[in-house]
Amino acid sequence: MKSVLTVDDSASIRQMVRLTLSGSGYKVVEAENGAEGLKQAKAAPVNMIVTDLNMPVMDGLTFIRELRKLPAYKGVPIIFLTTESDAARKQEAKLAGATGWITKPFQQDQLLNVVRKVLG
Amino acid sequence: MSSIAEATEIFRQEASELLEQLEQALLDLHRQPDNRSLVDTAFRALHTIKGSGAMFGFDAVAAFVHDFETAFDRVRRGLSPCSPALVAAALEARDHIRALIEQPQAADAAHGESLLRALRAAVEGEVAATPAATPDASPGPIHGPTPGQDWRVRFHLGAEALVNGANPLLMLDELHSLGTAQVTALVDAVPPLDEIDPESCHLGWEVLLRTESPRAAIEEVFIFVSDDARIEITPMTTAEVPAATTAEAAPIAAVPAAATPAAVAERPRAEAEIGRVGGSLRVQAERLDELMDRVGELVIAQARLSQLAVGGDTGLTTVAEEIGRLVSELRDTTMGIRMLPIGSLFGRFRRLLHDLSRELGKPVELVTSGEETELDKTMIERLADPLVHLIRNAVDHGLEMPEARRAAGKPAGGVIRLKARHAGAEVLVTVSDDGRGLDAERIRAKALEQGLIAAEARLSESEIHQLLFQPGFSTAKEISAISGRGVGMDVVKRTIEQLRGGIEIASRPGQGTDVTLRLPLTLAIIEGLLVRVGNGRYVIPLSAVEECVELPAGEAARSGGYSLLNIRDALVPFLRLREMMHCATPADPHQKVVIISAGDQRLGLVVDQILGSHQTVIKSLSRLHADVKTFSGATILGDGSVALILDVAQLLEIGQAEEEELRNRSRQAA
Repeated sequence: MKSVLTVDDSASIRQMVRLTLSGSGYKVVEAENGAEGLKQAKAAPVNMIVTDLNMPVMDGLTFIRELRKLPAYKGVPIIFLTTESDAARKQEAKLAGATGWITKPFQQDQLLNVVRKVLG
Repeated sequence: MSSIAEATEIFRQEASELLEQLEQALLDLHRQPDNRSLVDTAFRALHTIKGSGAMFGFDAVAAFVHDFETAFDRVRRGLSPCSPALVAAALEARDHIRALIEQPQAADAAHGESLLRALRAAVEGEVAATPAATPDASPGPIHGPTPGQDWRVRFHLGAEALVNGANPLLMLDELHSLGTAQVTALVDAVPPLDEIDPESCHLGWEVLLRTESPRAAIEEVFIFVSDDARIEITPMTTAEVPAATTAEAAPIAAVPAAATPAAVAERPRAEAEIGRVGGSLRVQAERLDELMDRVGELVIAQARLSQLAVGGDTGLTTVAEEIGRLVSELRDTTMGIRMLPIGSLFGRFRRLLHDLSRELGKPVELVTSGEETELDKTMIERLADPLVHLIRNAVDHGLEMPEARRAAGKPAGGVIRLKARHAGAEVLVTVSDDGRGLDAERIRAKALEQGLIAAEARLSESEIHQLLFQPGFSTAKEISAISGRGVGMDVVKRTIEQLRGGIEIASRPGQGTDVTLRLPLTLAIIEGLLVRVGNGRYVIPLSAVEECVELPAGEAARSGGYSLLNIRDALVPFLRLREMMHCATPADPHQKVVIISAGDQRLGLVVDQILGSHQTVIKSLSRLHADVKTFSGATILGDGSVALILDVAQLLEIGQAEEEELRNRSRQAA
């Protein structure tokens, strides 16, 4: 079973991601912010990460940059799940190593499609 | 039950119905591989199971169904035919889903994987095989043309794409999923080995794609990489399609454009069939049982009321009669709610027959009739196993191998008939085959060999047939996996008797065998004969009562010894219920004998008094009394006292044992 780490400071968004993905055969791990996400990702490798951009403690961009430095997380799909849709921000995220993005609010199907798209 | 557990239970039920639908669709597809609406039905069932499975935490189910769906999708999109191999693989996968739902802990993931592999092989094998089998581009009859537009898609991902989690393989898969795709790697940008950065993406791809999907769908594939990738998507005319593609997709080019819309138009028609809305309501079976129970109590209370009203106030009598009428109507309605058409049960056997037919190499057709015949829900559930045994026997023992059938001048394929019909207060369910019929001599020989009968025993044909129901009896020369272990028929008989039914066999040598189950309409209420033995009152199911006679004075005086009664020149063994029940009170001077029967067996029951017929609402005995053999249940009488219901089948067994003993004793004496 493929595992997905969802990093978001909103518990309900994490819950939504969990509901959507666990229902389609993915294992979902949760983290509240980038720092915790990094800890989780190091502790148990995951196949994909869905992360918020703006979070306390460690934001999404820093989280991704740190993650991409780890050999285990080169090539692992990372999707931003964010309310921001500004092209410059997206470009910044892209440069940091993001695979793609979804804009909040999102439909469950939309998330599922994206996860399938990048994870297979 | 918590609401989550309740919801999960609803899911289980829903899933089991959907799995049934899936199975039916697959079996129909076996015969009509081109029927799009069947494919859609199967697909919809899968989809719903996946969706709701996911909602209720059946993750393994959802994941498995998802992969199942993916494999099956090629069939839905008309890319693969629905071959027999695919149907077989899909049926097994369907069984696995059921196992996953019913016993999630016991489910074997490796088994699931191998099923999925088989499924994919069945889907893809067919695809690969078709062009090879038709080298001269004569389109196979099942393999329809793929309609759509040709596109040339070229793309080079950005150098960082792989590190950033993009996966070109998935993109190619996605393109494949849109239609038929032919992929060529573009290697011109690959640097010399010593200059290669292993984390960068140097390859490009050219995909010749034929798809019905619009351009936007193709662009969608590259949505996350479009910024730094070079992507060209250009439509192609038929003339531009390179030779390599035409060779593989020869049937496509050969088909005139006019044929395309017809092929596409098939889908909406199938969709239109979904909109069936039933005015039905799903109710938990236990609630119905509860309702039946309450109505039963009401019937009893009403009986007491009627008794009180007798000879009383006219006003009271009128009300009592009114209530009596209403209660009996209510009882009939409630019983009606519990009735289900037996067709739901028959449907299940199509799969069984399909499997048996494959396993034994005997082509078999199932013909059913009387599917609309209604039976109590509980009864239908408990009939399933006996019918499975009977059908297995019919196919395994009844039907001959195709060669033998042809030699006998019959068609090679056998026919199993399942028939249900009403006969008075009973329902008759018949399993017939058109095979060789029962071999009475062989059954007799076998029974002799197994010591079931004495060498000199003279048996009528029906007595010989009854031997089949003896525990341990089997005439199969070799024990096959299907039947012939001798544990089938006696279990069938016992189950049917527990349902207060009977079983009959009729055989036409060379033409086939009919096994008929006689079943009461419902399990909840029976007509009974109320009798008194000492101070106790007992109910004998009226359907088993043949007649009532007076116990001859000579017999009454004796106790023990010969307990045989001469009834119109037939000797009938009898049991003294007073002795069985250990009655201490003095016996009535004129004792009566109630003659009960089942099949060919008869037995007399000596009672003190016959009180009359009594509509009996059956209450099952508590678990403490599970081992009590003589009684099948209890009922409450009009005055509120309890009467036990005698178990006819068990009493007959006791009677038979007694008769056996008497015979032995008389033989020794002689």
